[in-house]
Amino acid sequence: MSVVPGTVRLGGRARRLRRTGPGPLTLLSGGILALMAAAALFGTWIAPYDPAAQDLALGATMPGWAHWAGTDELGRDVLSRCLAGARSALLWPVVVALGTCAMSTSLGLLAGYRRGWIDAVMMRVVDLLIAMPGLLMLIVLVGVLGGGIGWAVLAMAVLFTPGDIRVVRSLTMAQRELAYAEAARTLGLSRTRIMFRHLLPNIAPTVVAGALLSFVAALVALSGLSFLGIGLPAGTPDWGLMIEENRGLLDLNPWAAVVPAALVTVAATAATLLGDQLFERLSDA
Amino acid sequence: MAFVARRLAAALLLLGVLSVLTYALLALAPGDPEQVLLGPRPSTAESRAAVRAQYHLDDPLPVRYATWLGDAVRGDFGASLYSREPVAGVIADRLPVTAGLAAYAIVLTLAVGLPAGLAAAMRRGGPLDRGITLSALVGLAIPPFAMSILLLYGFAVTLGWFPVFGAGETFAERVAHLTLPAIALATGQAAVVIRQMRAAALDLAGQDYMTFARARGVGRARYWIGYALRNTALPVLTVGGLLLAANLTGALFVERAFGLHGVGELLVSAVGQKDLPVVQALVLMGGAVVVAVNLLIDLAYLAVDPRVRHGAVAA
Repeated sequence: MSVVPGTVRLGGRARRLRRTGPGPLTLLSGGILALMAAAALFGTWIAPYDPAAQDLALGATMPGWAHWAGTDELGRDVLSRCLAGARSALLWPVVVALGTCAMSTSLGLLAGYRRGWIDAVMMRVVDLLIAMPGLLMLIVLVGVLGGGIGWAVLAMAVLFTPGDIRVVRSLTMAQRELAYAEAARTLGLSRTRIMFRHLLPNIAPTVVAGALLSFVAALVALSGLSFLGIGLPAGTPDWGLMIEENRGLLDLNPWAAVVPAALVTVAATAATLLGDQLFERLSDA
Repeated sequence: MAFVARRLAAALLLLGVLSVLTYALLALAPGDPEQVLLGPRPSTAESRAAVRAQYHLDDPLPVRYATWLGDAVRGDFGASLYSREPVAGVIADRLPVTAGLAAYAIVLTLAVGLPAGLAAAMRRGGPLDRGITLSALVGLAIPPFAMSILLLYGFAVTLGWFPVFGAGETFAERVAHLTLPAIALATGQAAVVIRQMRAAALDLAGQDYMTFARARGVGRARYWIGYALRNTALPVLTVGGLLLAANLTGALFVERAFGLHGVGELLVSAVGQKDLPVVQALVLMGGAVVVAVNLLIDLAYLAVDPRVRHGAVAA
């Protein structure tokens, strides 16, 4: 491939991106996530039924006028449970993403800026943690030790942090050599100030995109844990748990398992698309 | 050789840490070790004494760990707390289903991922590329258990093309039973391969030797297979370890969703029952497989790329 056409195309593409704003897919993903966030916040209010209310005489039924997504084996309204389930499905992944982001950013900045033994020790630990079969350890630790969702969230944040530390560290190492960082050092600013007030804003976009991807990973992993019956207590309205409880009903009311499965899929896909677009924007800019 | 020695040392260290963590599960599990190891048996003075003797609970901790590890290395993980059968036998019973599922999924992953990634790179920026890239992104996001349920509903319940539960007896039956689970397991992995393959092939497109190969009039097949595929092998191999880890953990979910009695399902139920000997054996084996495959991948670098062999580029 010759050099000139490539340059022209890239320039044209970058200009087009700047002019057009977010594409239809990005808008769609953002819209879906906003709707789901609304369900997480107000889901229990808009739900037509109490998500825990049972109707054993009714049992599992197909969708109808009374129950738009049908009912499960205990006669609970599937739509209401899905709406209520948005909270645990989305809230905990947000906590994981924020925790991962905070830990990886501060540790990555520290390793990348200070270098030396701090960096060497941290990178050995990071290498070791990355090489571990993470999700397997998580399932076994949370499953055998019990302890519920809080421990699952904490363990997950510890698991996701090493990968992000690597990214932040390499970005920091590039930034610390630039003239503005040199100038800040010459002015005698403290290391903490340089790291968090000067370097951090310059790597922030990548950190945000990374947090979005941690959110997706946590969403998938946590609903997966619920699907295996680990973490949340049985009966909680949660998408992963609903799939597990209702997967035997595929002939009576398939929607009881299919709707939560579709919701997890759509949420994960939308957040991935958004994160990917963000990354692409940043690398194009 | 320094390369091989370094990788070997790292692999051993990792296995050591993993074995300590695995053994520590016993100490960390709620309740004292005797109680945990008694499992469902009645707790009498005799049974507790028997457990103390059987698991050497009166020895100091390092000695106990060493005894356990020594037995484990020789394949003796003790007996399941529930079925009372030797753990190694229990696992061996479950292995064929999981091995079949994993192999089937790997075949699907490579058969779809490699050509799709190359095709996307060849038609860069076109509708085909955009379609493949978007599908890969979606495939990457879909959790295997959700995919399993959607596939079950679509192809087994609604269309009736595939059986709903079980693993089948004859080979043909087994293929039919394992097709949907293998697709569910392969989706995410194929997405990783597509993305990696596409990126590697795009990287290649700007290389002088590719331009010259085309200018020399090298045939299409030789251009893509002899030049492109061989040079993209390294970055694609790199994700091999990642794929395997995804395969192992993905199998947990997929086996449960499809009611397959494989190793993954065994681990999930053992975790649920707190059947510690089974859990420890499976975690250690899973870890050993991942470490071994990563080591093999490092060695494969040497075979595929002479530059690594001569220390010209870092793997």
